[in-house]
Amino acid sequence: MMVFVLRRLAQTALVLAITSLLVFGGLYLIGDPVEILVNPAADQIEKDRASKALGLDKPIHEQYLGFVTGALSGDLGNSFVYNRPALEVISERMPATLELAFLAMVIAVTLGVPLGLYAGLRPDSPVSKAIMAGSILGFSLPTFWVGLILIMVFAVQLGWLPSTGRGPTTEFLGLQLSIFNVEGLRYALLPAINLALFKLSLIIRLTRAQVREQSLLDYIRFARAKGLANRRVIGVHLLKNIMIPLVTVIGLELGSVIAFAVVTETIFAWPGMGKLVIDSIFQLDRPVVVAYLLVVVFMFIMINLVVDLLYSTLDPRVRLSELHG
Amino acid sequence: MIRTVASALGALFASSLLAVSAQAADLTIGLSTPITSLDPHFHQLTPNISLARHVFETLIETDENQRPKPGLAESWKSLSDLEWELKLRKGVKWHNGQEFTADDVIATIKRVPNVPNSPASYAFFVRPIVDIQAVDKYTLRLKTAKPHPLLPNDLSAVMMIPKSVAETAKTEDFNSGKAMIGTGPFRYVEYVPGDRVIMKRNDTYWGAKPAWDNVRFKMIPSAPARVAALLAGDVQLIEAVPTADIANLKKDKRVSLSSAVSNRIIYLHMDSDREKNSPFVTTADGKPMEANPLRDPRVRKAISKMIDRDTIIARIMEGQGVAAGQLLPETFFGTSKTLKPEKYDPEGAKKLLAEAGYPNGFGITLHAPNNRYINDAAVAQAVAQFMSRNGIATKLETMPSNVFFSRGSKLEFSLLLAGWGAETGETSSPLRSLLATFDKEQGLGAANRGRFSDAGVDAVLSQAMTTIDDTKRGILLARAAEKAVGELTGIVPLHYEVSTWATRAGITYKARSDQYTFAYEVRPTK
Repeated sequence: MMVFVLRRLAQTALVLAITSLLVFGGLYLIGDPVEILVNPAADQIEKDRASKALGLDKPIHEQYLGFVTGALSGDLGNSFVYNRPALEVISERMPATLELAFLAMVIAVTLGVPLGLYAGLRPDSPVSKAIMAGSILGFSLPTFWVGLILIMVFAVQLGWLPSTGRGPTTEFLGLQLSIFNVEGLRYALLPAINLALFKLSLIIRLTRAQVREQSLLDYIRFARAKGLANRRVIGVHLLKNIMIPLVTVIGLELGSVIAFAVVTETIFAWPGMGKLVIDSIFQLDRPVVVAYLLVVVFMFIMINLVVDLLYSTLDPRVRLSELHG
Repeated sequence: MIRTVASALGALFASSLLAVSAQAADLTIGLSTPITSLDPHFHQLTPNISLARHVFETLIETDENQRPKPGLAESWKSLSDLEWELKLRKGVKWHNGQEFTADDVIATIKRVPNVPNSPASYAFFVRPIVDIQAVDKYTLRLKTAKPHPLLPNDLSAVMMIPKSVAETAKTEDFNSGKAMIGTGPFRYVEYVPGDRVIMKRNDTYWGAKPAWDNVRFKMIPSAPARVAALLAGDVQLIEAVPTADIANLKKDKRVSLSSAVSNRIIYLHMDSDREKNSPFVTTADGKPMEANPLRDPRVRKAISKMIDRDTIIARIMEGQGVAAGQLLPETFFGTSKTLKPEKYDPEGAKKLLAEAGYPNGFGITLHAPNNRYINDAAVAQAVAQFMSRNGIATKLETMPSNVFFSRGSKLEFSLLLAGWGAETGETSSPLRSLLATFDKEQGLGAANRGRFSDAGVDAVLSQAMTTIDDTKRGILLARAAEKAVGELTGIVPLHYEVSTWATRAGITYKARSDQYTFAYEVRPTK
């Protein structure tokens, strides 16, 4: 197991290096940040000054070398726009994104698994059909549209929940989080539901398909023939076996919900990382974009690692040494 | 379990009912663009300036038509061509209780060009000042190297901070709130990046007291969400109302709208420099063409005649634009009384093209940004269609502004659509940047991406820029505009954008041409 983890970490370093190179080069090709940042009325003297102040007057390979040197000592550079360390700018917004992603995944899993189980065990009941039809809607309706409809219904028409923004925060494990107080939760509810909708549908459909497939297998029939209680057949034998694909998907989806919540964050004016990185791309704020993507790539790799480790716990037949990363 | 969930939901909805009965003297504003810094001298950007102006003030302010008016300076006059005297307002207190004096002004002007790592500094506004002396506590003498009639306009961009702050504070001290000490009508309370800024009224303010005890600025970049927040009553005022919603909001009794023509013109720039092989010029059937027809003023005038501005404004801008015939709307300083928007005239355009030697037209590509100006891509599409219909086969390519401006400044385009906001509020700003001959050393033609150049225009402009007398300078600027735009069509003016604000009923906001949203100018109607 130790070897497995170490090999994974070595691969991580390689992936991070390649990512940084690609993003660095890509942004360089898009355009010159100075053109976007300086006032349009600025003359050449001001443009040259800004270029020098941001270190953009040096050739690109020198800029990259400087970046790598800094990165090795944990410094990913200062944001052009905010004049603060890029990592600090990102980590300041991270709790907002994490709590939203967490809440959305909780909603998706706590509703998705039971609903999927029900639909899988009673495929012909009208309720199951309604669940499956609903999940198609959840899949196909675009996020931004659903978000606006949620705002129009619950904030504008009914006035039950606030339309946009993040509520007051309280400290939890050293992070400023808003979902652990009632007022903050009111703000988080709509964006979390919006974010959860797609994942919820995915989990329902996946759970149902797994249940349908596994129910026909011999071990379930055998368990039933042995006279085990229905609850035990489903709760222990069935659930354990459908968990492996579910955990993989949930893990990957958790990553994507953190990294790409930008549509929901924009519509609900949620001050998270997604909105930050889009703004940074438009302003060609290279240090923030590079740092963000490195953080995201790192996060994806770590989630995958955890998923692989969970595999071996859930299914003793899987040996880590056989998973070649 | 079910009971706890139900009671939790009940609590959620009950607290929303409580929120309705909030105090009347609190104001929440929905801003369209997040600020990047609270340091008033770090990043020159409209949202930053608009917000900082609540806490910090300038020596000279501008009214809603951007004419200078007294601010922290009660009066100013030019003693000679190179020397100015300012009388400061007496009895103004900083938020920390100290008195505002000439020393603070000197320290501020010293700090402005020296903010480390500034991506867009304010140095430009104080660079003409070569010497500044305090005659007494309330009198300042400023010297410039050359006659600089725009000094009052430039000073209206420089926000004052106390000497103690100017000499020590870094940008992060402003963002943390420590250095947020101004003289303005509001005091800083809290800033959460990307989310909100909170301020409270400054009860020792020297001027008219704002109507609000507390103001909360929420940053809501998504336009439909901003409108929804207003309709839901979560905010009482929003800026940058999207054109698509204006018709509906006009009918809605819960809100009222206010709008003003802005200082931003949307225009076409043409490659009027390259003698041959302009990058996107082809023959009418798309083959390479050596000659550059855009050098001919008649061709440029023909393009102007091909575009039906009124239709673009009515259909695409939903009425949120004013047809443009020069660089700024007529209410601004230095504008011409004779320049009018070009009439839609396909026949006249054809005649001009034929006279210039292109009876069958030619081909070109129009380049435009798609996320910078109001409905920019749609406007560009309409322009390209009008041109194609009337004799110039025009292709369209739109791109994000970060790509567009870099390529435009490298002169990679033959025909481009862009916009210009005259921050000084007078005609010299667009003339100097868009139409003066490109000159790196003098800082002229910085945004002249068509490299238009005319010695006559340059001469009148440079004479205007050294004329201190306002009346004479106004006439000279108007004359330069008439020659550059009217006669030579150095740019094709399309329209001036209209900025619109929406408020809940019972609140009014006097719309401004400079697009700033000032809480102290929001008033209850009762």
